[in-house]
Amino acid sequence: MADGNRGFVAATRLVAEREVRTFLRAKGFWIGLAVVVVGLFALSVLPSVLGGGPTKVAAVGAKAAAVLADSGLEVRAADDVDAARELVRSEEVVAAVVPDDAGQSATGLRVVALNDPPVDVLASLRTAPPVDLLDPSAVSQGQRQLAIMVFALVFLLFGMSGSAIAQSTVTEKQTRIVEILVSTIPVRALLAGKIAGHTLLTLGQVVVVAVVGPVALSLGGHAELLHLVAPALGWFVPFMVLGFVLLAGMWAVAGSLVSRQEDLGSSMGLVMLLVFGPYFAVMFQSDNAGLMTVLSHVPFSAAIAMPVRMFAGQAQAWEAVVSLGVLAATAVVVVLLASRLYAGSVMHTGGKMALAKAWAGRDQA
Amino acid sequence: MLTVTSIGRSFGDHRVLDGVSFEVRSGRMTGFLGANGSGKTTTMRIVLGVLAAHSGTVTWRGEPITGAVRQRFGYMPEERGLYPKMGVAEQIAWLGRLHGLDTAAARRNTDRLLDQLELAHRAKDNLEELSLGNQQRAQVAAALVHDPELLILDEPFSGLDPIAVETVLGVLRDRAASGVPVLFSSHQLSVVERLCDDVVIISGGRIAAAGARDELRTRYGKPRYELVVAADAGWVRDVPGISVSDVDGPRAVFEVVAEGAEQTVLDAARHRGPVRGFTPVVPTLDEIFLEAI
Repeated sequence: MADGNRGFVAATRLVAEREVRTFLRAKGFWIGLAVVVVGLFALSVLPSVLGGGPTKVAAVGAKAAAVLADSGLEVRAADDVDAARELVRSEEVVAAVVPDDAGQSATGLRVVALNDPPVDVLASLRTAPPVDLLDPSAVSQGQRQLAIMVFALVFLLFGMSGSAIAQSTVTEKQTRIVEILVSTIPVRALLAGKIAGHTLLTLGQVVVVAVVGPVALSLGGHAELLHLVAPALGWFVPFMVLGFVLLAGMWAVAGSLVSRQEDLGSSMGLVMLLVFGPYFAVMFQSDNAGLMTVLSHVPFSAAIAMPVRMFAGQAQAWEAVVSLGVLAATAVVVVLLASRLYAGSVMHTGGKMALAKAWAGRDQA
Repeated sequence: MLTVTSIGRSFGDHRVLDGVSFEVRSGRMTGFLGANGSGKTTTMRIVLGVLAAHSGTVTWRGEPITGAVRQRFGYMPEERGLYPKMGVAEQIAWLGRLHGLDTAAARRNTDRLLDQLELAHRAKDNLEELSLGNQQRAQVAAALVHDPELLILDEPFSGLDPIAVETVLGVLRDRAASGVPVLFSSHQLSVVERLCDDVVIISGGRIAAAGARDELRTRYGKPRYELVVAADAGWVRDVPGISVSDVDGPRAVFEVVAEGAEQTVLDAARHRGPVRGFTPVVPTLDEIFLEAI
């Protein structure tokens, strides 16, 4: 028995190794990853680079306007301090220079900013005036939405990349090499190897994203966003990987039910629904706290909904742990079910096989 | 030695194999003959564990076949297939490792085989870039890479040009000579005739005949002789104890019905004039095949 186990592990490793090698050699894999990395940089760096010419600043009163006159900043005159504050809040200007009524300032001016002392504004004032921050911790709504969108997109991308397992299974069926494989190693080792290989590939990519994301954010000057995203990223990696394993078993079955690439579309529907459903829900309903709470505990959507809730600060750590546990248990059950369906259908040729028949139909010795 | 004992298998209501028994002996090439749909491929798949038997047993060296044992078998399925987008040498070496070789041995065996099969110059190409004949050679290499203890080949020569047939034949003969039992199916009887030591004939899911080729010849072919004389041989028809199958001018072919009757014919021929030829006719596998099924 120990001998058999060693054989199983060795076979699983070899299958995984082949899957990983094949994909590392495919151009599409690198292009996909490059698009994600470039996209992350584009989203976080470009707005501050292209972010529109000179820094905009509001000025209240003649003294403020005079000080800012040769600063090279774009100055907008505001009627009073309240109007200037409103401009800052709505992010039409990065800061406002207003008269200092409290007498703390040597220049008789104060600077009002949202959450970050505006370095370039302060530099242009010969003597640094006191700075009032309206909301020291705030991340703008736009940034929040953007971060959620990136989480959801990455989930969609990696969820769909599992279809490579279905592709690889159908290729083996279509070329009939599956007959050699099944006569050599246990069917379950074939399935386990595929899941392990592609999970490894996904883990690698998720880690790349989790490393590149923060680098991109800090290059883009979104230090405050990074502060919020970092812990969510920590959760995102295990959730993504377990979520992938859950889907991987189903992708493999989708592949084993059909015998030709052309028929793959007919068997992938359910799995695609399980990827796109959570994606759309999170994209468009991330404000719906009730729905998000439910989604973050349903194993099929937890992989994306829980990290987003962690990011938005809506969930406690223990919730994430519970959800991760449920997800892990479900992944184990689904993979076990999938291995029976896979074994029952991988040698089948002809049209699409019904699930019930695959369940009953293990036909190998 | 591989022993197949009364295996049966049905697909739905259709009984494909019924009490199939035969042996594949060490160091011998065993030809597996049968018409299309007679159960050859099903039998082979059952031996390889790709398909389950509904009854009967298959044993290797007297023991039931486990996964670890089967890993050391070599199999070339009827419907060919390797990974189209993977390098030839790379995937053959990978299959060698899957069969339990370590990386170095797998590489060594792959190089040696590709050399023997005259495919070394395509080693780095993807399989799909090869001609069908060369893909077939790669398939043979894939079945042999791990120095299998038993070789099972389903129609190994179909799709090969005559030169490739000789190349593959040479490789298979080497294996058989080194003591490996080889079972291969074919419907090209002339190839089997030349090649095999033992023959198993299957018909309608049952074994019609099995044994050494030469033994089957004597068992199934009645003794026949060809006589060539100087003049017309029509008189042979009147000799008792034989059954004439063909007379064509000075040439006659007859079956011996009463033992020793061929000597009577020879005496009569010598008596009548010069005898140009007198030879026993060995039945071809075609004839055995047709008679057996």
